[in-house]
Amino acid sequence: MTDFETVSRLPQDERVLLMPLVRTTRIFWIWAALMAATALWGGFAYAYQLRRGLGATGLNSPEFWGIYIICFVFFIGISHAGTLISAILRVANAEWRRSITRSAEFITVLVIGFGAVQPVLDLGRPDRVLNIFLHAQAFSPLLWDVLSIGLYFTASSIYLYVPMIPDLARIRDLGIRPHVLYWFMAIGYRDTPSARHTLERLIGVLAVAVIPIAVSVHTVIGWIFALTLKPMWHSAIFGPYFVVGAIFSGIAALIIAMAILRRVYHLEAYFKDVHFNNMGLLLLVTTVLWLYFTFAEHLTVWYGGEAAELATLYSKLTGQFAFSFWLMVACCFVVPFALMARRATRGVIGTTVASVAVVIGMWLERYNIVVPTSLHPRLDAPQVSYLPSWVELSIMAGTLAGFVFVYMVATKFFPIISIWEIQEGREKSVEEVSARVASYLPDDMATVDS
Amino acid sequence: MARWGMAIDLERCNGCQACEIACRSENNVAVGGPQVAREHRTISWMRVHTEIEGEWPAIRARFVPRPCMHCDRPPCTLVCPVEATSLDSEGIVNQIYARCIGCRYCANACPYTVKSFNWRSPEHPASTLPGLNPDVSVRPVGVAEKCTFCSHRLQKARDQARVEQRVLREHDYVPACAESCPTGAIVFGDLEDPTHRVAALAHDPRAFRLEEGLGTQPKVYYLSRRD
Repeated sequence: MTDFETVSRLPQDERVLLMPLVRTTRIFWIWAALMAATALWGGFAYAYQLRRGLGATGLNSPEFWGIYIICFVFFIGISHAGTLISAILRVANAEWRRSITRSAEFITVLVIGFGAVQPVLDLGRPDRVLNIFLHAQAFSPLLWDVLSIGLYFTASSIYLYVPMIPDLARIRDLGIRPHVLYWFMAIGYRDTPSARHTLERLIGVLAVAVIPIAVSVHTVIGWIFALTLKPMWHSAIFGPYFVVGAIFSGIAALIIAMAILRRVYHLEAYFKDVHFNNMGLLLLVTTVLWLYFTFAEHLTVWYGGEAAELATLYSKLTGQFAFSFWLMVACCFVVPFALMARRATRGVIGTTVASVAVVIGMWLERYNIVVPTSLHPRLDAPQVSYLPSWVELSIMAGTLAGFVFVYMVATKFFPIISIWEIQEGREKSVEEVSARVASYLPDDMATVDS
Repeated sequence: MARWGMAIDLERCNGCQACEIACRSENNVAVGGPQVAREHRTISWMRVHTEIEGEWPAIRARFVPRPCMHCDRPPCTLVCPVEATSLDSEGIVNQIYARCIGCRYCANACPYTVKSFNWRSPEHPASTLPGLNPDVSVRPVGVAEKCTFCSHRLQKARDQARVEQRVLREHDYVPACAESCPTGAIVFGDLEDPTHRVAALAHDPRAFRLEEGLGTQPKVYYLSRRD
């Protein structure tokens, strides 16, 4: 019996959710080839840059940082989708999380490497990257960054893996190929009540532990900018501002992933309208938070009125960067707020459109942080502009394509929706939630000791 | 312990840029050329900036030579992840080219924009090769560099003094820019030694420092009646 036949005979949850593992369509191969080719093109561009030095970029003095650092902040921001959102939903006992946590956690683990590699691509001497450990200088925010991203990657990989063990054990028992992979990854797990209990306690601990780690990652990235004296970088709000922005873009990325998975793997019964509605509400909350932070940041700069700060501010509001600034405002606030504030547009299409706008807007936000400040140093106002070279744009496209490629491959080896958590939801949660709601209601006066 | 510093008299500076040229040839600064200049990637350790104040006819120009400020609280050294730049015991902010990973964080942290980066492999045309200074290492592609107060000259001066069994005198150690200045606008020495001219000039009523409010405590003082 082939794997396909095995899976076809299973009950609905297992049949639908394991189907991508055993059946691959032609469209999948076409997209995978396209993504792999783009990623390879990005790799070629990097090889070109290695030979030519950073002269192959459009960077200059004083535009020392550009696309790579923008993409660094952007991709690490996207990585907050998964672990943070999934952990918060788990800790909050949000029952609608069950079908979305796995796809979210996969985003985190797979995108974080693509984000973390960006500053290495940006190095003038990538051959000396290990000096960061050999000659570590504890006061450098860049070192804190290496540590917090390393910790976050480790923690979120464990946090992805542990809740996947029962599913891996089930796949192993079904005998789906490759046998060795599932035998190895299931580490001898047997789904007994005591094993399940231990697993759930471990997940509970991990979910709590991973939240402060995730917060630290984007805080430190904000500090990389904020701890310099540069106009509009030197801002105490940057730590929390970056964390909110990261969660914002992460939610948007997750919605896009859900919409695509739903369509290509026919998961309409699992990613339901209510999931998009609830994710849309999260997007609504974060878009309002984003506006609040952005307004607070720009008002403080404008009211303070320091010459160097104002030069940077006006270049964004009315000058050279007005287009990218106001496009960012439209993408990060106007579009998502207009769509998410109404129930009628909080369906699959509405949330997806809003999310695409948010992802573009959050890339622009990082552009508007990095470039205008760099081009407005305190002492000179040089007539310089920054135009990314084909190398930088190719590497950016390659990074995005590389992430999409590995995500596609992951859906072919691992169920992208947690099967055991769905089943647990069917079997236990309805009862548990009823009991929980009952426990919120007032007790009978006669039974209460005063 | 000495604390090396510089005073630049803006009323004496006539903008001749001899300091720039002297610095280039002393420190083997790579020759860029017009293409590199168009790309805004020219490397220079000392640059004479022109400041224009007011509008015609009440217009005033002044020249401000700007080397590294050798701050006592340097923002660049703090952010370097590999300690490739640091403040030494005599107040010179030095660079370790062989350790630098080229992240350019220091260049971003410097409020004076005096750090340069080797975007490409540095070029030294054949005609300049005989003039290279053997005391200063050339920099490879991908590292940051900047003015060092010609600290190699300090090594030499100290060795010379030791050989002659005497203490270091004021004019034993002078960077190339100060040495070449035809109007004597650049004065160099030990800020802690009251017999050095620079120590007196630093306390001159005309003295000020760039962006003093940032708290970086630069050791390059400017002298100007107008400020």
